[in-house]
Amino acid sequence: MIKTDTIIIGAGPIGLFTVHQLGIKGLKAVVIDNLDRAGGQCIELYPDKPIYDIPAVPECTGEELTKNLLEQIKPFDTKFFFNERVEEVKQDKHNWIVKTNNSNEFSAPNIIIAGGVGSFEPRKLSLKEIEKFEDKSLFYAVKNKEKFKNKKISIFGGGDSALDWSLELSKFSKITLIHRRDEFRGAPHTLSEIRKLEKEGKILIKTPCQLDSVEGNEFIKSISVKFNDGKIEKINTDIVLSFFGLIMKLGPIAEWGLNMNKKTIEVNSKNFETNKKGIFAVGDICNYPGKLKLILSGFHEAALASVECFKRARPNEKYRFEFTTSSKSIQERLGKK
Amino acid sequence: MPKITYQDNKGKSKTIEVENGLTVMEGAIQNDIPGIDADCGGSMACATCHVYVEEKWLSKLPQAEEAEVDMIDMAYEPKKNSRLSCQLIVTDELDGLKVTTPSQQS
Repeated sequence: MIKTDTIIIGAGPIGLFTVHQLGIKGLKAVVIDNLDRAGGQCIELYPDKPIYDIPAVPECTGEELTKNLLEQIKPFDTKFFFNERVEEVKQDKHNWIVKTNNSNEFSAPNIIIAGGVGSFEPRKLSLKEIEKFEDKSLFYAVKNKEKFKNKKISIFGGGDSALDWSLELSKFSKITLIHRRDEFRGAPHTLSEIRKLEKEGKILIKTPCQLDSVEGNEFIKSISVKFNDGKIEKINTDIVLSFFGLIMKLGPIAEWGLNMNKKTIEVNSKNFETNKKGIFAVGDICNYPGKLKLILSGFHEAALASVECFKRARPNEKYRFEFTTSSKSIQERLGKK
Repeated sequence: MPKITYQDNKGKSKTIEVENGLTVMEGAIQNDIPGIDADCGGSMACATCHVYVEEKWLSKLPQAEEAEVDMIDMAYEPKKNSRLSCQLIVTDELDGLKVTTPSQQS
């Protein structure tokens, strides 16, 4: 059991700034995120897109924002638990106990949910009959390349992941790349490599078509794709890889007894506490009258929630509002003096 | 106000008056239309507001920019008449527009 002052769920921009707001008040935190790195939507959905409404930052990308936030919270030496999803939240007197799908357990008087629109999961193929092959012949990510050696692999998608894995796996397997239109997205260099391998007969490209059906018992034997003109083609296949990006799912949050409004958590706008004492929600996932889903609003919410967290984590100390420009103790916590 | 018809994949439809200047996605969110989630809030980053536009309206819509077409690649069961409803701004010319939500979206 890991004990701390605050458990932050979500390592997106608001989760990261929450670490800062707690840190300057002398509170410790752990951060749990289902993804394998920090940044949330900023990194997964728009790493290269410029953001223009971060105060005093005229323009920055999702990736730069994440990098700077991580830099800003460096002094607090916070522990991150990536690739873990919070499954269970239960009360233990004054504390909350949080369990993850990786069997880690945490205990703290405060939980701050900065979960965005939920946890990211791969967008799955819509064909019902292919579901039963998942993790046997159908995969949404490549974790161990060895599994994909000397196989007939059909890869779906038109973006970087589909192109990169087509190139990589073509070194030792037979690849068919399937996409709904003739144009591919992705780096021009990768594309020209793919086209070269296509000419050499090392990669087959099927466009414009989509998955129509699948055949096989325990494992996939073949798939059929349907072209835009209605023609159907059968492709012998051992493994299907599908790369249609990520989708956000609320997941277990809905079962923690919090007052929900569609996919958001209701909070008061004084300290962003939910209907459960000591559980807060900030950023896109919280809802209150006038809520705006902006990063800057999330920063404000984190600042206010951290004050209440202090009061709960240090019931015998008096909370004092301080400025970073003048507070010696804040500057010490930031490693400045 | 222009009327927009949202039809779900089972054929059930709802017609709503949507203010000029709002997007077809916003009209759906404000009126709790199922099947249009708009997780990213309209920044062409999630494809959860993907709709099929009734054929006869396609030519009346501004062409999809590259980023929209790229995002539709990620959507469930894209078709020729696929659009992201967050990119369709309601005007008087679109009075009567009909869009259908895919069988699976979220």
